[in-house]
Amino acid sequence: MARLSPDNVVLAKEIISRYPLPKSALIPLCHLAQEQDGYLTEEAMAHIAELVNVTPAEVLGTASFYEMFKMEPVGKYMINICTNISCQLMGGEELLAHAEDKLGIRPGQTTSDGLFTIEDVECIAACTEAPCLQVNYRYEHRISNQQFDQLIDDLRSGKRSDIPAHGMLARVRQHIPEDRRAGSVLPTDSAAPVWIGAEESSNG
Amino acid sequence: MAEIPKIITSRFDYEDSYSIARYEATGGYAALKKALKMTPDAVGEEVKSASLLGRGGAGFPAGTKWGLAPANVWPRYLVVNGDESEPGTYKDRLLMERDPHQLIEGVLLACYAIGCGQAFLYVRGEMALAQERIAAALNEAYAAGYVGKNILGTNFSVDVVLTWGAGAYIVGEETALIESLEGNRGMPRLKPPFFPAAKGLYMQPTIVNNVETLSNLPWIVQNGGEAFAALGAEASRGTRMFAVSGHVKNPGVFEVEYGTTTFRDLIYGHAGGILGDRELKAFIPGGASAPWFYGEHLDIPLEKGTVDRAGSMLGSGAVVVMDETTDAVKACLRVVRFFARESCGKCTPCREGTNWLEKILQRIQDGYGRPSDLELLMDVSDNISPGIAWPPKQTTICPLGPSAVSPIASALQRFRPEFEAKIAMAEQNRQSVPVAFPKAASHA
Repeated sequence: MARLSPDNVVLAKEIISRYPLPKSALIPLCHLAQEQDGYLTEEAMAHIAELVNVTPAEVLGTASFYEMFKMEPVGKYMINICTNISCQLMGGEELLAHAEDKLGIRPGQTTSDGLFTIEDVECIAACTEAPCLQVNYRYEHRISNQQFDQLIDDLRSGKRSDIPAHGMLARVRQHIPEDRRAGSVLPTDSAAPVWIGAEESSNG
Repeated sequence: MAEIPKIITSRFDYEDSYSIARYEATGGYAALKKALKMTPDAVGEEVKSASLLGRGGAGFPAGTKWGLAPANVWPRYLVVNGDESEPGTYKDRLLMERDPHQLIEGVLLACYAIGCGQAFLYVRGEMALAQERIAAALNEAYAAGYVGKNILGTNFSVDVVLTWGAGAYIVGEETALIESLEGNRGMPRLKPPFFPAAKGLYMQPTIVNNVETLSNLPWIVQNGGEAFAALGAEASRGTRMFAVSGHVKNPGVFEVEYGTTTFRDLIYGHAGGILGDRELKAFIPGGASAPWFYGEHLDIPLEKGTVDRAGSMLGSGAVVVMDETTDAVKACLRVVRFFARESCGKCTPCREGTNWLEKILQRIQDGYGRPSDLELLMDVSDNISPGIAWPPKQTTICPLGPSAVSPIASALQRFRPEFEAKIAMAEQNRQSVPVAFPKAASHA
C-alpha cells in the first residue's frame, strides 16, 4: 500500500487534465488514493504532491482539513451516525449509544476485527428521514435499534454487496471524450468567449 | 386559486427521473435549444425578469449576481455550490440525485448568458449517490452533444467538470468553496477584496450559484421570467423547496409557492402537524444558523423580506420543528456544538468563542452550571457578534461564528427558566454533596 497504482496514475492524470491548474485536482486525487488503500497513506500523499506539483506538506495541509480523509486505517465499514438537531429530536443520540453498546467501541474507534468504525457526525442531509446514518456514505433511513443490529449482521455476513469497502466513493466516474472536450480555460486566457463576441454590450 | 406548477421537482415521481431519456421525454434540453437562438444578454434578461432569489441561504437575486462580474474581464468561471450541509437542509441533494440533467441544463444556460468558459460542479463529499448520478448524467450529456465543444453545433463551448469535497461545512461559504476548488483548506477569504464576481477562482471573475437556483433556469427560459415572477409575492418569486423535519407527522421536502405559503401551511398542512398532536414549542425557520420562531410566527408567509423583518431568515429552506417535550438547553447545545466543530479556525472570535460556548452549555446541561454562566454565554456571544442583534454584526470573516450565537440568543431569551432550573439544580447538588477534603496532613 503506497503510491498510486499505474491504473490509478492514468485516472489521476485524466482528472488533472480537467482543471485549469493541477492543484485543483488535489482533493479528488486524495479520494482516489483513499479508494485504493482505504485511507490516505503518506506515500500516496507524496505521490499526489508530485502529480500536482506541490510539496507533500501542502497535500497533508489540505487533506488534514477535511473530515473524510483518514490518516490511519479505519474499518471496512465506516458508520456515520447523525446526531445533529433533526436527528437528535428523533433519537439520533440514543441510536449512537446503542451502536456503541452493540459494537463495544466509542465514536472514532474501530472494532478489533477491523470491520466497523463508528463516527458521531454532523448533518448528512437526510433530515426528514431521522434518525439516519451512512455506511461508507450510503444512506440508511429511520433506523431503529433493531434495524441497526440487522444492518450489522448483514454487513458481517456479506449480504450488503451494494455497499463498497471504505474509500470507494462514487462508482461512476466522469469521462470527457476527447472529441467532445471544450478544454480547460486557463486564468490567462483573456479573450472573450466566441459566443459573447469581442465587446460586451452592457453590464449589470 | 390557480394550480401551482412544480417547477423543479416535476420529475421526482419517475423511477428513472435521472436518465437522459426521461429528461428529454419530459421537455429536457428544450430551454438550451431555445437559448442558443437568443443572444446571451437576452437570456440574462429573462433570468433577471424572473426575480429569482438565490436558494443557497443568503437570498441574493441571481440576475443581479450575474451582473456583478466586471465588464470585459475574461475568463469567467461558473462554480456550482452543491456543498449542502446546513443542518436541516435537504433539497440540493434530491435535485442532484433525482434530476441531474435539469441542473446541468441550468449550468449551461448560466454559462451561455454570463460568458463562463468553464464550469465546476462541486458536490458535497458525503453525497456518493449524487456524485454518481451527476457523473453518469454528464457522460450522457457529453455523448449527446449538450455539453463540451460546439454545443448542438453552435459556437458555444463549455466543459462542465464534476468535482467534490471531503467533509467540511464551511466550504458551503462561496469563498471557502473556491479555496477548496483550488486545492486548499476551505477557509473563507476576506471580502472585500475577494468578492468572487470580481476576484474568485484563480483570481478571475467567478459566479457561484446554488444547485436549486440553477435548477430553476430551464423552466424560466422555457416559460419566461414573467411566468416565474407571477408566482409568489413581494421579493420572493416562483416556487421554492422547503424541508420540514423534527417533530412532525409527515416530514418531507415540499416544493411550494414562495412568498405566499405560510409556516402553518408547511408544518400543519404539508408536514401533517406535530407528532402525537402535541404542542409546538419552537421551530427553526431556515437552517441551524437562523434565530428560532414560535407559535406566534406560524402565520408569517415564507417571504424573504417578511421573515427578515420578523427577526430571522429563510436561509436554506430548512424548517426544524420542536414540540413541547423538547429540552431547549439540549437542543441549543447541539446546534452550538455543530458550529464549534465546523469552525475553520481562521478567525479567533469564532475558533475560540464557539468552543467556549459549547463548553459552557455542556456544563449547564451536565448539571455543573454556575449562576454566572448565562451572562458569560452572552458575553462570549457579544464578542463574536457585537450587540447580538439581527441581522448580526460580526467580528469574523464569514457568518459561521455569528450563526452559533443565534440559537443561544433565541433559547436564552425565550426559555431562560429552563437554563436557570438546570443551574439551580447544580447549585443544590453542590450544597448537598458533603465535601470530603482529605484532612490536612500534619506538617509537624
